[in-house]
Amino acid sequence: MEEEFRGGRPQLFDFITNGRDWSDKGGYGAAEEKNLELRLGLPGGEDWSAVQEKREHPAESAVSPGHIAKIPKSTNLSASSGAKRGCSDAVESKPEGTLADKTTFQQRHLQQQQLGFLQLQAKGKESLHRTSGSAGLQSLEGKVCGPHAAHASSTKNTTATHSTSQSRAAAAPVVGWPPIRSFRKNLAGTAKASAESPNRRSDAEKKLENDRKGLFVKINMDGIPIGRKVDLKAYDSYEKLSLAVDELFRGLLMAAQMDPLAATTQSTKETHVIPGLLDRSGEYTLVYEDDEGDKMLVGDVPWDMFVSTAKRLRVLKSSDLCASSLTGRNQEEDKRLLNWESCRSALAFPTRLLRYVFGLKRLRQTLVLLSFPARRNSGTTKSNTASIYVTKMEGYQSSPAANGSMHETFQFHKQPAGS
Amino acid sequence: MTYFPEEVVEHIVDFLGSHGDRNAVSTVCKAWYQVDRLSRRSVFVGNCYAIRPERVVTRFPEMKSLTVKGKPHFADFNLVPYDWGGFAQPWIEAAARGCPGLEELRLKRMVVTDDDLELLARSFPNFKSLVLVSCEGFSTDGLAAIATYCRGLRELDLQENEVEDHGRQWLSCFPDSCTSLVSLNFACLKGEVNASALERLVARCPNLKGLKLNHSISVESLNKILARAPHLVDLGTGSFTIDNRSETYHRLINAFFKCKSLRSLSGFWDASPFCLQAVYPICTNLTVLNLSYAPAIQSADLTKLIGLCFKLQKLWVLDCIGDKGLVVVASTCKELQELRVFPSDIYGTGITAVTEEGLVAISSGCPNLNSLLYFCYQMTNSALTTVAKNCPHFTRFRLCILEPEKPDPVTNQPLDEGFGAIVRSCKNLRRLSVSGLLTDQVFLYIGMYAEHLEMLSIAFAGDSDKGMVYVLNGCKNLRKLEIRDCPFGDAALLKDVAKYETMRSLWMSSCDVTLGGCKALAAKMPRLNVEIINENDGTSESKENLSDLQKVEKMYFYRTVAGPRNDAPDFVWTL
Repeated sequence: MEEEFRGGRPQLFDFITNGRDWSDKGGYGAAEEKNLELRLGLPGGEDWSAVQEKREHPAESAVSPGHIAKIPKSTNLSASSGAKRGCSDAVESKPEGTLADKTTFQQRHLQQQQLGFLQLQAKGKESLHRTSGSAGLQSLEGKVCGPHAAHASSTKNTTATHSTSQSRAAAAPVVGWPPIRSFRKNLAGTAKASAESPNRRSDAEKKLENDRKGLFVKINMDGIPIGRKVDLKAYDSYEKLSLAVDELFRGLLMAAQMDPLAATTQSTKETHVIPGLLDRSGEYTLVYEDDEGDKMLVGDVPWDMFVSTAKRLRVLKSSDLCASSLTGRNQEEDKRLLNWESCRSALAFPTRLLRYVFGLKRLRQTLVLLSFPARRNSGTTKSNTASIYVTKMEGYQSSPAANGSMHETFQFHKQPAGS
Repeated sequence: MTYFPEEVVEHIVDFLGSHGDRNAVSTVCKAWYQVDRLSRRSVFVGNCYAIRPERVVTRFPEMKSLTVKGKPHFADFNLVPYDWGGFAQPWIEAAARGCPGLEELRLKRMVVTDDDLELLARSFPNFKSLVLVSCEGFSTDGLAAIATYCRGLRELDLQENEVEDHGRQWLSCFPDSCTSLVSLNFACLKGEVNASALERLVARCPNLKGLKLNHSISVESLNKILARAPHLVDLGTGSFTIDNRSETYHRLINAFFKCKSLRSLSGFWDASPFCLQAVYPICTNLTVLNLSYAPAIQSADLTKLIGLCFKLQKLWVLDCIGDKGLVVVASTCKELQELRVFPSDIYGTGITAVTEEGLVAISSGCPNLNSLLYFCYQMTNSALTTVAKNCPHFTRFRLCILEPEKPDPVTNQPLDEGFGAIVRSCKNLRRLSVSGLLTDQVFLYIGMYAEHLEMLSIAFAGDSDKGMVYVLNGCKNLRKLEIRDCPFGDAALLKDVAKYETMRSLWMSSCDVTLGGCKALAAKMPRLNVEIINENDGTSESKENLSDLQKVEKMYFYRTVAGPRNDAPDFVWTL
């Protein structure tokens, strides 16, 4: 890379040390700047707008702290950025000597930046500092908006280079502009992110800690050979899921039922073709297979828990459903689920524990009682114990190892406060 | 007058609230100086380097409340390097030695360390109130010290500080015996806070009126807190996202319904539009509403909420409210006095942002408006003229057109006439920020008409030195002037140096002032500290190698009786 720009380097170096006399800056004449632009022209006579675009683009990239510059290094980088199109590394230098043919304020600002007090080159702690705002802006932009924003800004820049009138030049990296506090700039980034992806919800359920990508699970329906996929993250309740499943299979069901008459009249139908998916009252029932391979009825557990554990969905004929299709589990597994690690946070919030325990398989068939000691000293180091009684009701299939007792007691000791 | 017994003078002087009046009293004669000095309870130091802390403490031994401000205003926008200065330590140490009866400390834009906070907590047995605004340098360990040692603490107010998170246990450090809290604001903390300790704290503080949570506090927690403290007047919510129709949501509605005293709402971190409805029951009582941390809420939901707030006096929103939303505000909030519209989309195309139309609508609907901070993409002269006519009571008018040097889009003229109309009409204007395309003419208007102007912020404006000279000649009450990226040079700087002793400070960055000019200023005015902030390179270049003709990147000077400061970092040169 370096060899390529041997010719270019001295040119830039000369520019910086000799420099024009910046103090006689009258207006913001574009002619002046053009003059300088020419001087900066790289050997090879590259297309100016392309160079400009690149020059502006690096201005938007984060200035890496490693570039506390020595002159050669920085000029080298800027030279390399000049000649290499689309060399959009974050490592690109600021456009020292770039004179954007945009609105005049930016030209002036960049000039100032270069030849301000004690500025031998545009690198250095000052520029880092001064661009820390914009770098912060930029890194945030990169983080949150990804390529979209970068693309948007670069296209903005391109259009701006062609029109000298007002553009969104405010988005360009002027340090300390607009005059708002940093945390507000971060908020602005959040707004953009949420505007771009309206399906995303903010993560409030910390205890589940799901990552919010689309969660597609296969769904098959009895009697229909072709399976489909649904995105569980796109819905926030069982009702919506049921509706979606209905819509998904409605057409296929019609076709499968082979009723030509119905097919022609079905377009105005508004009621569910597949009613009662969730409440087990209809012809079909929605079940799911969880991450441990067990088949469960959809609707038992809280929605978020369902989303996090469901791996596959099935629409079964209700007549096919029977207790035996739901797998039994043994006592030991239940105990494991109720171990201390899982329940520690739950003890602070009893409702949470209940929800977790209800997430156990077949809890429709069990009853959970929670009891706490009579008094709980706050802020002291006494240990707290809680007893959880899990009582089995009829229909619960226990393993032979169980001694037939009607309930199990689990005891937990809370860690002392502050540990 | 000298026959007046001092007790009587003291009694009279006690009625004087403002610092300015008190200062004036103290200059009348030695006797009155003494009276003021011994009876002054509240001391305000606008620039921490203007006077040595020891002098303040010696002069006012009975002070109960001390307010100190540190860094210049532009530090908020990253224009001042991190370790420029503004250390709280000498102030706290001096007060600890000379004024142990101190009850209240308010610091703004200062560097406060954990050691400082611990010293503070241990040194003042009657300490009641700590307010830190835009400060940095401390962590939650310092807060733990405050909580542990300040018996009888009434107020802990942390506004927009940078606080390092060293864990959530600081809140548990409030002892069980602490029942005196009236106001607690930790909204700026980034980390988790012990929610159950907070709930217990709230439960045992019956006088709690203000509580501002940070985003780690869940809605479930908020429910419990509101259940225990329905008498709250000022609430900043924590995280405000809930499941649809969940029990939590219903409890929240009920909780808000019981909060009959609630007048001020803020927070709404991560608020989703649905959750805002929980607040409807108390909207009609609200006087202060801050929705500026909730970028996910769009105009329709904002206006539904604000449309119920008839008594609103202070509103902070994001510009996604749009012009239409501002029309709703104008028609609903007739008693509005302060409006701040922050930009929500500074990278984007600004389709949903506000324009001059929104501002005109507000001005015609809210004639009592006296304080404005408005970020927009465009403004016209005619709009500003209309606003000036409709709202002559502005005391603070800050307009920021997001694109620098943007002219009136309709006429393509600079905005001189518009701002001129503002300063002509608003006789009590104390603070002004201008933006857009501006020539020297606007400064002529400001100098001519803005008689009471105390603070002026200028960016990317003006044509020549004349602009700055107009302002310095005209504004008799000017205290703070901050300028960036304007073509003002040495001639303007040195025109009337005596003026600078009547001002608190002046900031100029990216202007045309040279090192030689600054040196000349420093030579003429020994009671100014003229600081050059040069972050580039402190070590290899020495001062002598620099030409006087070289432009100064950042200059900040302020009047002082303390002489050059001894805590300046290498990159700050006091001439």
